[in-house]
Amino acid sequence: MTQDHARLPAAFGRPGSSSFVDFVAEHAPHLLPSAAGGEGVVGGVPHGTTIVAATFDGGVVMAGDRRATAGTHIASRDIEKVFPADEHAVVGIAGSAGLALELVRLFQLELEHYEKIEGRQLSFDGKANRLATMLRSQLGLALRGLAVVPLLAGLDPEVGRGRIVSYDVTGGRYEERDHHAVGSGAAYARGSLKKRWRRGLDGDAAVRVVVEALVDAADDDSATGGPDALRDIWPVVVLVTPAGAVRVSDDVLASVTGAVLTERREACA
Amino acid sequence: MSMPFYVSPEQLMKDRADFARKGIARGRSVVVVGYDDGIAFATVNASRALHKVSEIYDRIAFAAVGKYNEFEQLRVAGIRYADLRGFSYDRSDVRARGLANAYAQTIGAAFTTDSKPLEVELVVAEVGASASEDALYRLSYDGSVADLRDHVVLGGDAETLGAAVAERWRPGLTLKEVLRLAAEVLAHGDEQRSVPAEDLEVAVLDRTRARRAFRRVGNRELATLLGVATDEGPDS
Repeated sequence: MTQDHARLPAAFGRPGSSSFVDFVAEHAPHLLPSAAGGEGVVGGVPHGTTIVAATFDGGVVMAGDRRATAGTHIASRDIEKVFPADEHAVVGIAGSAGLALELVRLFQLELEHYEKIEGRQLSFDGKANRLATMLRSQLGLALRGLAVVPLLAGLDPEVGRGRIVSYDVTGGRYEERDHHAVGSGAAYARGSLKKRWRRGLDGDAAVRVVVEALVDAADDDSATGGPDALRDIWPVVVLVTPAGAVRVSDDVLASVTGAVLTERREACA
Repeated sequence: MSMPFYVSPEQLMKDRADFARKGIARGRSVVVVGYDDGIAFATVNASRALHKVSEIYDRIAFAAVGKYNEFEQLRVAGIRYADLRGFSYDRSDVRARGLANAYAQTIGAAFTTDSKPLEVELVVAEVGASASEDALYRLSYDGSVADLRDHVVLGGDAETLGAAVAERWRPGLTLKEVLRLAAEVLAHGDEQRSVPAEDLEVAVLDRTRARRAFRRVGNRELATLLGVATDEGPDS
């Protein structure tokens, strides 16, 4: 039966699962990251650093710096670590950059795949749980020094407000109140967020708060990149409102960052 | 095992084709028409959950007539095919032509080897940067593929309705114009004066949208476009 070779394999038509990850794991497992094929800790690969997120009235905002480090040297000055996951959620990643970017790609696809097959979006908790499951499946890699730590934020239409969820490498998921930060500069960013964040912020004010938190993180953490006016490299900031997940333009970020730096300069004068 | 009666291959294929054709003709038609900014799909379908038109990938959509369980299985297979291909290569490497080929092989294999042929007819459509780069493939129950341009009608009395669309379609029509054309042709197929907007399932592949071109046209928007709502603004 020569024709049967070209036919779509039976797994493609099998009903029941709306998960792309489950389908790939069954049909093409070689495409998924795996800890098989070696032992010991892997070093010297690029790591992404600080991600911050904050809620505001009518949405949630997430921002990430642009630096990736491999040991003490800078692996990238313009890496992007914050991505819209779908229209109502945004995901940022810290940790082993290569695997983290792949995890984001897979997570975006997982959400879109579900939406296309089921005809509706996953609930926010559904998205958060899927990400936890995907992380858990990479625990073997985390134990070998290739940990990925994502931060998920999004609008939950069922409660009508923004939510933030953080993770550990075992796939544990933790709901965060109001704001949160992950990555090497997180301690400094959290300190900044605590003092600058207020209830009832609007979108513009929230963008300023997260940008300022990144500036503070870059000030004290060598692995976090500050705003780079020399090359016009600004943080990646994604705003999620009922209208969708939108990346804030570089022009806006240049002026917000400029305002933050001017204020700091005046304070030092 | 007992010996089956001899049936000539010609007769066997004819019987299978008749069987499939009958199943497909029982269903309501789907009209697929190109317009200036994309491709529009319209069909009579009172159900809001069981769709005949669906998104497959960024620029690719799927429309089907026939047995729901059979084309639903093909739809899911198409989404998995496209997402897997886009994941292992790149999003830009997912094209309607590859998907149409995979469908053709699957439907063709079922037609010749399975205990019964699939009672489905499909369209795989892809919008390009301009109307001349749009792709439209019709797949029949026996796995044959037709590479079409501009418009196609599936299922029901496809021939009559197809002729009616061909007569009135011209390049550069707007979305409003092609939807009115489709609605009138579908109403004619049902031997009615008009089909209420809530009984129509309408979706478009809109080339002006950034990534995912597919969009369903809801009842309210559709009523406005068809000009049946009296409280809406002036309609030309």
